[in-house]
Amino acid sequence: MDFGYDAAHLLGTLVLLTSFALLYQRRLFALLNVFTVQALALSAAAAWQGYAHDEPHLYITALLTLTLKAIAIPVALHRIVRRLNIHRTVEPALGIGLTMLAGVSLVTLSILLVLPVTENATALTREDLALSLSVVLLGLLMMIARRNAVSQVVGFMSIENGLILAAVGVAGMPLVVEMSIAFSVMVAFIIFGIFLFQIRERFDTLDLRRIERFRGESD
Amino acid sequence: MTPFLPLVLGIPLVSALLLALVPGWRLAARLNVGASALTLAAALPLFAAEPAAGVFLLLDAFNVTLIGLTAFVGLTTSVFSAGYIGHEVESGTLNPLRLRFYHAMYQAFLFTMLLALSANNLGVLWVAVEGATLTTVLMVSLYRTAASIEAAWKYFILCGVGIALALFGTILIYLAAQPVMGPGMAAMTWTLLLEHAARIDPNILNLAFVFLLIGYGTKIGLAPLHAWLPDAHAEGPTPISAVLSGLLLNVALCAVLRFKMLLAANGAAMAPGPLMIAMGLMSLLLAGLMLYRRRDIKRFFAYSSIEHMGIVTVAFGIGGPLASFAGLLHMAMHSLTKSAIFYAVGHAVQVTGTQRIDGIRGLTVSHPALGWGLLAGVVAIAGLPPFGVFMSEFLLITSTFARQPLLALALSGGILLAFGALVLRVQQICFGEPSVGEAAGAGRPIHGTLVPLYAHLALVLLAGLWLPGPLVGWFQTVAALLG
Repeated sequence: MDFGYDAAHLLGTLVLLTSFALLYQRRLFALLNVFTVQALALSAAAAWQGYAHDEPHLYITALLTLTLKAIAIPVALHRIVRRLNIHRTVEPALGIGLTMLAGVSLVTLSILLVLPVTENATALTREDLALSLSVVLLGLLMMIARRNAVSQVVGFMSIENGLILAAVGVAGMPLVVEMSIAFSVMVAFIIFGIFLFQIRERFDTLDLRRIERFRGESD
Repeated sequence: MTPFLPLVLGIPLVSALLLALVPGWRLAARLNVGASALTLAAALPLFAAEPAAGVFLLLDAFNVTLIGLTAFVGLTTSVFSAGYIGHEVESGTLNPLRLRFYHAMYQAFLFTMLLALSANNLGVLWVAVEGATLTTVLMVSLYRTAASIEAAWKYFILCGVGIALALFGTILIYLAAQPVMGPGMAAMTWTLLLEHAARIDPNILNLAFVFLLIGYGTKIGLAPLHAWLPDAHAEGPTPISAVLSGLLLNVALCAVLRFKMLLAANGAAMAPGPLMIAMGLMSLLLAGLMLYRRRDIKRFFAYSSIEHMGIVTVAFGIGGPLASFAGLLHMAMHSLTKSAIFYAVGHAVQVTGTQRIDGIRGLTVSHPALGWGLLAGVVAIAGLPPFGVFMSEFLLITSTFARQPLLALALSGGILLAFGALVLRVQQICFGEPSVGEAAGAGRPIHGTLVPLYAHLALVLLAGLWLPGPLVGWFQTVAALLG
């Protein structure tokens, strides 16, 4: 296999690896740092695909990912955590060992799911797709397995990272979609931000267990 | 393409921007009604326009029907909303700044729904549904109470994940189409995909459809992904509950149906019907059971919406000219009836000052016009003649009995289950000793007009008694289109 294939594969795998790393972080700041690494890897993957397939618009995707997800969002979340004086450790709803085990089975599942149905696509595309589905599923797992609102936000954004990885891996996907992802992440982040503030205001905590006491039905 | 379609999209978009600048809430409420009326006026000529497909927008008999419905319910809800918020301002639950935001978001929400309905590009469709989610999340949290923030958070997390899965499905569709149609915009354009569907790899299409059904299905409120729906309906302002139930669920279903048509055109892909029937039936039965335990009146009718979206999904899952016709009719009837019920519920909650069902009693005695209106709405939604919902349910069940008797049995069982719960509750809400006297403000008058409520009921009644020939012909065309 040629170098281009290897490099793309390496970067895709790096994104998946950081997804696993997100799962076992116990401290919020470490979580945000790992997320930054993931965004960097994704941005490099997008840029490399743009170079290898000669699709200049992927550079824009890479740049957007770099500025928004690797710089702006982690910086903002750091600030929020510091200013609101949020409890700095991550309380897992599911044990770390169990979470990792579930993560491994999810990756297996996505490989078993994607590889057989995409026999006609190129090797790079199908492996990229399997990797990105794994990242999406791991992001879902993280949202389920963590109680803290900030870690749920990070889980949500790592799902979006997986989606961008998929969009980048498919040759010639029109820019519209990637732009919209970047845009929606930003909007989503603003909304999440507002929510974090409001939740803080109302409950004095970002632990979602406390919020769930306020069921819609008061009986 | 007809110039009216860009107009239908442009009016709400421009109004959203303008309403963000209008300071007075009274003026804003009137402008909101005016803008919605203009949108409806621009939507009506679409029924006469030729079907057309551009790179981004599409016009066919199916989406014109839904665009017309959306514009109409958008208008009546804006009329209801004007009276509703008048009361909310007086009672001090909403301040003018939030109302400014509310009116701008109302028009933005209409815009995203109309865009999703008229999108021909899968990317645009996805962005529009995402936009509809974001605007409604903001409106559900409008009251800023603990419960409304929890509801909005739940809504956002669940639908955010759903939307992410739908995007993955969209990428898979592109991946499947790209070897056949070449890279670029063509492989994202729905009409072109439909033309080339037969040559697209069926395996990837199957996988994509599963993701799309789960993703957009979350927004339809199909079980087991419905958890956000009752909370969002109960905690947001009532006009938003009306448009959520009456319109947004239809928009998400429309998206799923587009992909169903794609699979059907492919031929070699799996039949999407059984999956849709399974999810629809599950929603129907689950919601039917859950209805019995509800104590909050808005949650109660939210579960009824899950039930009816289940019925519609089953109808389209069965497919064929008759079942699709029934599904389409039911979609329209449910939109009209359920939004009418939410208008009545909004008034009832305001006059009694509570959302708990046991706090709302004897409405026909204390507020006859409102009480009988609500009763008529519930009778209609329960599927009793002479209302239009009866027509569509009857049509669906009789046509299903001929093809799959067991399925028809399950379907009628679910409908009867919900029927029981509705009858049980409505008796207490509408008859007996009025509860209004107990609260501080005895016998408070109704704020705003009951015209939207009775306009919807009249339409549903008319559809139940007599469907005009041209309308039947139109629905048959659409049913043939849906397959």
